[in-house]
Amino acid sequence: MGLYRDAPIGTKSGTVEQEKMKAKHQRLTLVLLAVAALLGASLLAAYALQGQASYFYTPSDIAKKQPEAGQAIRLGGMVEEGSIQRGADGVTVKFVVHDGTSKQPVTYTGITPDLFVEGSGVVADGKLTDGGVFVADTLLAKHDENYIPRELEGIDMTGKQHKTETLVQ
Amino acid sequence: MIAEAGLIALWLAAALAFLQFALCTIGLTKGQDQFFAAVRPVAIAQGVLVTVSFLLLVWLFIRSDMSVQLVVSNSVSMKPLIYKISGTWGNHEGSMLLWVAILGVAGAAIGVFERTLKLRTLVTTLAAQAFISIGFYAYLLIASNPFERSFPVPEDGQGLNPLLQDIGLALHPPTLYIGYVGLSIAFSFAVGAMINRDVGPDFAKAMRPWVLGAWVFLTLGITAGSYWAYYELGWGGWWFWDPVENASLMPWLAATALLHSVTVLATRDGLRAWTLMLAVVAFSMSMIGTFLVRSGVLTSVHAFAVDPERGSFILALLAIYIGGAMALFALRVGTVKEGSQFEPISREGSLVANNLLLSAILGIVFIGTLYPLVVEGFTGEMISVGAPYFNLATGPVALILVAIMAAGPLLRWRRDKAKALLNRISIPVFLTAAALFALVLFTTTMSVLSLLGLSLAAGIAVASFAPLWKRNLRRTPMHTYGMILAHFGVAVALVGMASESSFTEEKLVAATPGDEVTVNDWKVKLHAIEPMAGPNWTALEARVTAQYANGTNYEITPQNRMFPAAQTQTSEAALLTRWNGQLYVVLGDSDEQGRWQLRIWWKPFVTMIWLGGVLIALGGLLAMVGRLRRAVRQRKQREYAEEWI
Repeated sequence: MGLYRDAPIGTKSGTVEQEKMKAKHQRLTLVLLAVAALLGASLLAAYALQGQASYFYTPSDIAKKQPEAGQAIRLGGMVEEGSIQRGADGVTVKFVVHDGTSKQPVTYTGITPDLFVEGSGVVADGKLTDGGVFVADTLLAKHDENYIPRELEGIDMTGKQHKTETLVQ
Repeated sequence: MIAEAGLIALWLAAALAFLQFALCTIGLTKGQDQFFAAVRPVAIAQGVLVTVSFLLLVWLFIRSDMSVQLVVSNSVSMKPLIYKISGTWGNHEGSMLLWVAILGVAGAAIGVFERTLKLRTLVTTLAAQAFISIGFYAYLLIASNPFERSFPVPEDGQGLNPLLQDIGLALHPPTLYIGYVGLSIAFSFAVGAMINRDVGPDFAKAMRPWVLGAWVFLTLGITAGSYWAYYELGWGGWWFWDPVENASLMPWLAATALLHSVTVLATRDGLRAWTLMLAVVAFSMSMIGTFLVRSGVLTSVHAFAVDPERGSFILALLAIYIGGAMALFALRVGTVKEGSQFEPISREGSLVANNLLLSAILGIVFIGTLYPLVVEGFTGEMISVGAPYFNLATGPVALILVAIMAAGPLLRWRRDKAKALLNRISIPVFLTAAALFALVLFTTTMSVLSLLGLSLAAGIAVASFAPLWKRNLRRTPMHTYGMILAHFGVAVALVGMASESSFTEEKLVAATPGDEVTVNDWKVKLHAIEPMAGPNWTALEARVTAQYANGTNYEITPQNRMFPAAQTQTSEAALLTRWNGQLYVVLGDSDEQGRWQLRIWWKPFVTMIWLGGVLIALGGLLAMVGRLRRAVRQRKQREYAEEWI
């Protein structure tokens, strides 16, 4: 409101020169608005990224430099053989994630993914508690025999391997 | 022989694309207008040939021809016919062929149907379309030949990823691709208009139905994809802000902005440069999305670096097409005169706000999607950006956007008074305030975003019909009804989203057969677990009854399926739809005591999310048909008048 209040629009009241000036003025306003919108979006994005992007940790990363309790992080590694324990309520599961050097205990309440087995790779979203246990909100295991979560690519997957050679010989 | 025929058809189509491009450019630059007559037929022949090539690949999948490598890796002879067909595009090469086929058909469609564009602009448009096609034909023929033979010929194939064996895959990718690639038409139109300095209302009127058509398909594709993920993944969520989803959302945001700005250009000859820019950006987003999904860069930046051929190829194509169009835009934008003016409070003003806010959302989604790749590429650190970021950053902007959506159609073109607007919109504003008051009073668990979303939805639902106030309903044009329907659809979807995120009830239990669980108004009872066999899977099926508060009994059967060919399990959620929501039951694992995990959600009004999406698409369809009918009628009148002069 009021942007053009003292210069009513319309050819009747203005000369050609004035019209041109106004056209330029309007274009400039639009460009400025567009820049402002983009800047605003970037600032909002930067602010949200700072608070909400979650970093990926392996058990060794956590051992080296423990993230704050309650901070959203992503944990990835292998499920240790013999570590999966189902809770008495039937829906809580405890297990240990390792990456060959360090170990990290995890608890999760929910239905485990289809290919969640001992020795398989797993990526978990969640947070650490004060006691150093990782509480997972979601678990991602391998979807199928060809898929590896991208965070696990660098990790040596020795131990129980999934057969990838289901291809035709 | 079929494979070879398909490949030949593809080569021929590529050659025709070359010819089309050559005819257009020679005709345009050397003033050889007689070449123009050949352009339409060539464009049509190219579309036909590439379609033939694609259909031949489908035929190979139907026949389970194991002498073709792509069939071997992605199909298996023991599989229902529908999944053999849909398996054609459930893989990299096949989906790229579908992509290119739609690109060719889009060019042919311009050749057949476009009657309003000026000849030189039309020819340049078809040249641009051919130029895009050439790049993607080269990509297919050089880097991902779908017709490659397998040697030695195996007895059977390896099967399709079981998650993809669903009717969703049969519908979702083709719909989405038609939308995605249909935007290439807007892109080519913009190139044609920029080169010929032919930007104005007539150009906008010619472009508008194409934009609407692509947008309708894109909307349907995203809606279908969302529902598919919802019931197939078994996580109960309907939007995961997954990069692949964002890749389809970004073109949609740009196309939505475009179809609003193109209206300003058509009706008021305003926002010329901006509309051109959006047309370029929309298809650029489609190509960037294709790059993200198809190059493997999402799986890992490293995987991309190890096998860079395909990724680099698409990246080079992106650089050429987007860079070229942007350069053309920079060169020509100075000569595009800004059209007529308007005051901030006017229909144009509200549409500018719509465009800016949609662009802001697009920017936020773009940054969030690419940020992890950039961070990983430069520092090697891996981060994930998920729902918390996207909801926090896009939510407030989206709410302002929908509020303006309620007001915009009630404003006059060119200039209006704030007071007059307040008069017209007083009832929706009052409704929103009342809803907000009631929700704050009676609910405790709602997040701020859902609270505002639900209250706004109440106002928008009414405001979307306000343009009909005091109008002759029979003489109101069809495209106005289209707008009303689409805007109402946004309100419907908003109710679904807010309700799902605020009022969903969830129970996770370990149940032995005979146990009963209460979730909201439902009593869910597990009766038995039984083995089952399907065409290419075996399953454990839970027999479950659900009793609603009014005493009605329903039977549902969630399953856990094993696919031996792929050694994969999927869980098939059981969904029970009532008018007021869905009961969503997933069967989990069993433990030593013979208990089975059951995860049960009651999601009130969740179906309104997709109903809203369908309404939005229907609105677009109505607007498109209305505009086309009017254009045909006007052309007939003109021809009739000319006959009598």
